[in-house]
Amino acid sequence: MIAAKPVLPAQRPLGWQEFLLLLAALLIVAAPHTLNAPWWLIALTLVLYAWRAAGVWNPSLLPSRWMLVVIVALATAGIWLEFRAIFGRQPGVMLLLLFSGLKLLESRGQRDAAAVVFLTWFIAITNFLYTQSIPTALGMCAAVATSIAALVTCAAPRRALRANLRTAGLLLAQAIPAALVLFLLFPRIQGPLWGLPQDSFAGVTGLSDTMSPGSLSQLSLSDAIAFRVEFAGQTPRRRAMYWRGPVLTDFDGRTWRVGYPGFAVLAPPTTGTRVEYSVLLEPHSRNWLFTLERAASLPDNSHHLEDGQIISLLPVRTRMRYRVASMVEAEARPGELHRVLERARRLPPGFNPRARELAQGWRAGATNDTEVLERAIDHFRRERLQYTLEPPLLGRDAVDEFLYVTKQGLCEHFSSAFVFLMRAAGMPARVVTGYQGGDTNPVDGTYTVRQSDAHAWTEVYLEAIGWVRVDPTALAVPGRVDAGLARSVAAGDTLPLLMRPELEWLRTLRYNWEAMAHQWNLRVLGYNPERQRELLAFFGMKDADWRDLASTLVAFLGVFVLGLFAWMLRHMVRPDPVQLAWNEFYAKLGAKGVARSPQEGPRDYSERAARNLPSAEETIRHIAALYVALRYGPEQTPAGVVELRRMVRELEFG
Amino acid sequence: MRLFPFPALRFWPQLATWFHGSAPPARGETVIAHRRVYIVPSRLGLYFGGALAILLVGSINYVLSLGFALTFLLAGMGLAAMVQTTRNLARLSVRTGRADPVFAGDTARFRLTLANPGSHDRPEILLRHLGSGAQQNIDIAPTDTVEAALAVPAPRRGWLPLGRVMLETRFPVGLFRAWSYVEPGCRCLVYPRPEPSPLPPLAPSDRAGGARAHAQGSDDFSGLRGYQPSDSPRHVAWKSVARSDTLHPRSDAMLTKQFAGDAVAELWLDLGDLPAALGLELCLSRLTGWVLAAERAGAIYGLRLPGVRIEPGRGDAQRAACLEALALFQSA
Repeated sequence: MIAAKPVLPAQRPLGWQEFLLLLAALLIVAAPHTLNAPWWLIALTLVLYAWRAAGVWNPSLLPSRWMLVVIVALATAGIWLEFRAIFGRQPGVMLLLLFSGLKLLESRGQRDAAAVVFLTWFIAITNFLYTQSIPTALGMCAAVATSIAALVTCAAPRRALRANLRTAGLLLAQAIPAALVLFLLFPRIQGPLWGLPQDSFAGVTGLSDTMSPGSLSQLSLSDAIAFRVEFAGQTPRRRAMYWRGPVLTDFDGRTWRVGYPGFAVLAPPTTGTRVEYSVLLEPHSRNWLFTLERAASLPDNSHHLEDGQIISLLPVRTRMRYRVASMVEAEARPGELHRVLERARRLPPGFNPRARELAQGWRAGATNDTEVLERAIDHFRRERLQYTLEPPLLGRDAVDEFLYVTKQGLCEHFSSAFVFLMRAAGMPARVVTGYQGGDTNPVDGTYTVRQSDAHAWTEVYLEAIGWVRVDPTALAVPGRVDAGLARSVAAGDTLPLLMRPELEWLRTLRYNWEAMAHQWNLRVLGYNPERQRELLAFFGMKDADWRDLASTLVAFLGVFVLGLFAWMLRHMVRPDPVQLAWNEFYAKLGAKGVARSPQEGPRDYSERAARNLPSAEETIRHIAALYVALRYGPEQTPAGVVELRRMVRELEFG
Repeated sequence: MRLFPFPALRFWPQLATWFHGSAPPARGETVIAHRRVYIVPSRLGLYFGGALAILLVGSINYVLSLGFALTFLLAGMGLAAMVQTTRNLARLSVRTGRADPVFAGDTARFRLTLANPGSHDRPEILLRHLGSGAQQNIDIAPTDTVEAALAVPAPRRGWLPLGRVMLETRFPVGLFRAWSYVEPGCRCLVYPRPEPSPLPPLAPSDRAGGARAHAQGSDDFSGLRGYQPSDSPRHVAWKSVARSDTLHPRSDAMLTKQFAGDAVAELWLDLGDLPAALGLELCLSRLTGWVLAAERAGAIYGLRLPGVRIEPGRGDAQRAACLEALALFQSA
């Protein structure tokens, strides 16, 4: 006889409960992707979901296999046309979205449902490529819970939905301790494991290695956080907060570039106020790190360049934390490499004739470099140049137009004009970009620097003194540096939303939220191999390698599984208290020589015992009556159980 | 006397019970000890492991802290699922039920009673009979008892032991397959396959009680007598029962139709009457067919096998006795 094939859950058709749970989980994980996906793909995916929904209602509506093949081919071609690639982050995510719809549509049995759940998890994790904020984390938790509920419902479709939801919740709740242990102890490797596609970290904002007029104006409207700082001691005053970033030396007449400066070992400054702090830098995909001018130490795995810029050996692709010390308001020191000065003097001919004339006039009337600089500073102070966030467009001779025609611009207009004038006068000068200012979060005391604090200033080299910082924007519009962006722009200019003075309550809310997000970034997202080592060292495991970690981890997980198992079986091993008391009663009477014979029921036995042990006759009868009432009666009262146990315990035979 | 003076040790006996498994179960009951529940990842579980590996590599490569968190949450869920799958079987008690006798070639229905001692339900438990592949899928509510029936083919006469039964479950997420075996020790009596054949000619019936060969027609109604519990329901005078005004007639008020005592043949069914060339099994099949036919005909019949003699009689008890003798005759 042929054995009947078992009806495994995998072969059962998909019911509407399972389907709705699968769909809900998919919608949650796909929702954030609608910000990045092309509209037609979103529409197609939704159509596929809806098609499957119709199929639950009427299975004959489901498409045949060849139809699915056609859809796959067309949609894949569409993705290729859209992104000119099939591999890579963005097209990969799009393909996942598409396949989620197709797999759902194709799902007939419950084994397919499991494949849809796995796809859901993959899509969930791709969301973290874009953002790992607290709301995203909560959303993905909800999606995982829903998908597990779908798995449970697939495994037990006859069971009530509420019971299945409870089981899913219980599974997740029980998963948390193990997840925590794994998160803390799983041996971490610093990624990436292989070269990442070019677009992996697209869309992060930040400074650029080139500067042309107008390039910073987009940043100045962004509230995004560039980095956060925790000062070890006193926070320096705002005026001194120049966070040095890329130094732009090379100029082609219109655009300033970083060029290719070599590595250098620069002597730390000896004057100024020493400030120690740690920076939590948001990823910007570039190598540069920001420090207060002038850095007295270097962060780990970083180098100085000849122009004083600090770069990390690897691009900052994840949030990065480093400790560094700076000497604020340090005095400059003379002495610089010849080739650095040479680069800082180059000026392509043929641009900005009026500015050139102006600078040559200063040079002709001055005896030394210092005097030229003083004249230039004086010029910027007097010229009534205006600061605006909406600068007019400039033509070929941008510096001339800015100085003589439009007379308004952003810090990049000011600094590029100033450096141009200095070079035209024959002095080495360069543009320094970075951030100026920032604000303290009153909730947790962290100092926050935003993209809207992006700034450009200049450095001029004086033979006797060295590189001198000159901030032409501050010269022309002193409020920009002292009071920040909000109070230095003309009225009517668009300000970043949260810089507007009337939204005080919103700012308070934001401070609180950002303080929480900072902790999240630091403790959850910033947990990396280094922090893992620190944590283990704190618990006394110095220099733990992966073997120590693995064995600790396995031990913890073993204890977890055993503990969970014991806890889950606890109700089943606890014997009935009534029976326990009765067994004790047997033992006591047995010790007196009245052993029970197998065929005797409780009544007969106790009757015989009462006759044989007349000294405890009353009690024995009482115990037996109570036992019969508790054991076979309509209900077991707790008081009765206590009474029975007490009587058996106190049973004496005189 | 308190054995353990320290309050912390009050739970010690319970702990010991847990460690050693339960107290020995009652007769006819098998309790699945948690240590006898085997568990391996199902095929889906292997895919799940693969998916976790992909998620982990992705998290490492793209340095996604939350990716790690998600991966580890799912891994923890897998561990919890492992424990819950084991629990779905652990401490389940299986009690042997009855199995009504069947004829060879039919299907024996073994009834097993599964009791859930826990306060949680146990859905999706698959009972599979290893020998035949017969199976049933059951759900057991908390502290409830469910009767499952396994339909096992009975090819040969004699005792059919149930043998090993596998209990399997994949609840709650299908990532693990837990199973355990019970051998409830119940058996089913299998009668020989009846061969439909006309009753043998009435042999001069002989050695035992003298020739009382009479008319072939054995259903000549001769009268009524009081009902005796061993009477076949076919011979109850149902019409008179229906006429009585009580809904549930007492058995002593029931009457049995009596067929002219003398008109009823006393039939001896004897293995020795059959040609040995037929082979034992075929002979037994034919005898079985005769027993059924004789009972149907209302005859009084006895059975003679070498070493077995069943005095003539009639009714269900007689039929059962004869069939049992035939089933067990020289069976291994």
